[in-house]
Amino acid sequence: MIEAFQYFTTAWVDPQLLGLVALGTFAGIYVGAIPGLSVTMAVSILISFTFSWEVYSALSLMVGIYMGGVYGGSRTAILLNIPGAPSAIATAFDGYPLAQKGLAGEAIGIATTMSAVGGFIGIIVLAAAAPMVSEFALKFQPRDYMLLAILGILLVGSLSGDNLVKGIFAGSLGLLIGAVGLDPLTAQERFTFGVVELWGGISFIAVMIGMFGVAEALIQLRHIDKVAVKQKIARIVPSWSAIRKYLPLSVQTSTIGVIIGALPGTGGDIAALMAYDHAKRVTKNPETPFGEGAREGLVAPETANNAAIGGAFIPMLTLGIPGDAVTAIIIGALFIHGLNPGPMLMIDRPEMFWFIVGALVLANIFMLVFGLTGIRIFTKIVEMPRAVLIPIILMLSIVGAYAVNNAITDVYWMLAFGVLGYFMKLYGYQVGPVILGVILSRLIDENWRRAIISERESIPDLMLGILTSPLSLVLFVSVILIFLSQTPFWAKAKKRLRTQKDASKT
Amino acid sequence: MSPENTTRRPGEAVFAVFLALLSAALVWQAYGIAGFEALSSPGAFPIAVTSVMVISSLIILTHTLRKPTQPGNTFLGHVATPLALIMTGLIVIFGFALQPLGFLPSAYLFLVVGIKILSKRSFAYSLGIALFCLVLIYIVFRLVFSVLMPEGIVPEREILAWIGNLFGGTN
Repeated sequence: MIEAFQYFTTAWVDPQLLGLVALGTFAGIYVGAIPGLSVTMAVSILISFTFSWEVYSALSLMVGIYMGGVYGGSRTAILLNIPGAPSAIATAFDGYPLAQKGLAGEAIGIATTMSAVGGFIGIIVLAAAAPMVSEFALKFQPRDYMLLAILGILLVGSLSGDNLVKGIFAGSLGLLIGAVGLDPLTAQERFTFGVVELWGGISFIAVMIGMFGVAEALIQLRHIDKVAVKQKIARIVPSWSAIRKYLPLSVQTSTIGVIIGALPGTGGDIAALMAYDHAKRVTKNPETPFGEGAREGLVAPETANNAAIGGAFIPMLTLGIPGDAVTAIIIGALFIHGLNPGPMLMIDRPEMFWFIVGALVLANIFMLVFGLTGIRIFTKIVEMPRAVLIPIILMLSIVGAYAVNNAITDVYWMLAFGVLGYFMKLYGYQVGPVILGVILSRLIDENWRRAIISERESIPDLMLGILTSPLSLVLFVSVILIFLSQTPFWAKAKKRLRTQKDASKT
Repeated sequence: MSPENTTRRPGEAVFAVFLALLSAALVWQAYGIAGFEALSSPGAFPIAVTSVMVISSLIILTHTLRKPTQPGNTFLGHVATPLALIMTGLIVIFGFALQPLGFLPSAYLFLVVGIKILSKRSFAYSLGIALFCLVLIYIVFRLVFSVLMPEGIVPEREILAWIGNLFGGTN
């Protein structure tokens, strides 16, 4: 216990780490707030710049950016009706109407304090649940890992983008990219086309920077002429009575956030939308109707998306399965630093787990401090013209891709994936599943082979194993259900059910 | 889930065909790894993955072909816009120039040209802003993060040492 506390405070007592968390959170708020910059973009570019660092320093910065970035998206959602990040989409529903009424300061104040409340609840759940989950995860069979990873990719694919088929394609593409190189078990060449440079595989950082940096920047070129609207901001620190009033709701929506965040494949964006929906249902008599500036409509998504951060770290640290694109990138960073996220991480490297928890708490505090101050400089930075921003993003992407291995080949890969990502985004394919696929490729491949070897290459035996184990069965049924939910058959059945319901009502 | 586009964007069908062909070529490659030797062979997972790619890309292709095209939209006007093409060309040139020229000159040229094209303002503006941004980035990434960048034609180390001497004396 004392040890855990000591690890927890690592980042608190080391001035350098403390500074890095603060810097990360500060930068994250602006990255999240500036439309055109995203947390995924920032974290993927930063990995390449921090990979030679000590793991603690690199994590401090990334945790800060993640926490600050999820919150920062709310700023522009409120002020400009442009969600700075997908997790702030629901924030704009009621935040922007509040700003239109001249209550931007109050809206930002509520969003900030409620984000912090959500963040804390998420972290508390992480600290309490992760040790239990990781103990439970030790009992996981290879097939369970395989099913869980597939489930994660399917969830990301089905919840975003045009349709599940495109999500499945994107996920498979990622799995394929991850399989390029020498097979880790037999050293057989896979998709190397006889090129020795491909033996080590395609640098996943190049894929990430290409898809989240270059592709996103190219997409932004389409909106280059949009101008920011100026807003006057008065008092932002909310009153104590206001906080007390929304506390019960915030606890409920934080719970939703943690749970959604903890599911592999679902992150803050979905958590925020579900929480908004929940708030709409439970708030009987809102002072202002939802959609016209209801404060409840602001509290719900902001608590949920920050609570989802703590949730997302649970599967990431205990199972090695990322909850969303950002955690996928952080897993990549852990790999680079020689750490292996999974149930053994908690046993072999407890200091790492408690360090992350400590850094998250710290980032949450900094978020509250920076969120409630420095509003003047904020409005200045957000007005940075895209004509300057986009060339800088592109330049950092190139330098970032180069910096990892000092190899110009990585830059070419990055550019190729950037162009591919541009077309994918434009035609409604999501790039999130690609990244999840790249990260999970090896895990699925290895666990599939372990599972099938332990069943002596017999599919019926494997199926029997799945059907007789409660955990495997639940995972298997979930995978099947997601598939079914996207088929025309399902839609027809739902329609029939609805007409029956309507008929019984009348 | 966001609502699906009901119309076909220009070039969407060609892209779907490209993905289907790519998947087909890759499934062939995957088969070449170990054939259908065993379920646990190094080729099993690649075959499964590429097969899923083939199936899903064919479904996407048929969906796409069924959608009506958007009248009046052209590939060059809405997808590969002039700006996107120019910027892509610029980063490719930057990528090639990075090693021989070195980071500082190639990045500066890239920023100046990029900002000039996008902002449509005077040359002095882009020269100044690009210099300001580059100095900032250099301080943050090269000096604070100590990221190594290709030196190229600028004797960076000598200059840094010279500046160091200027301020720190012997250090």
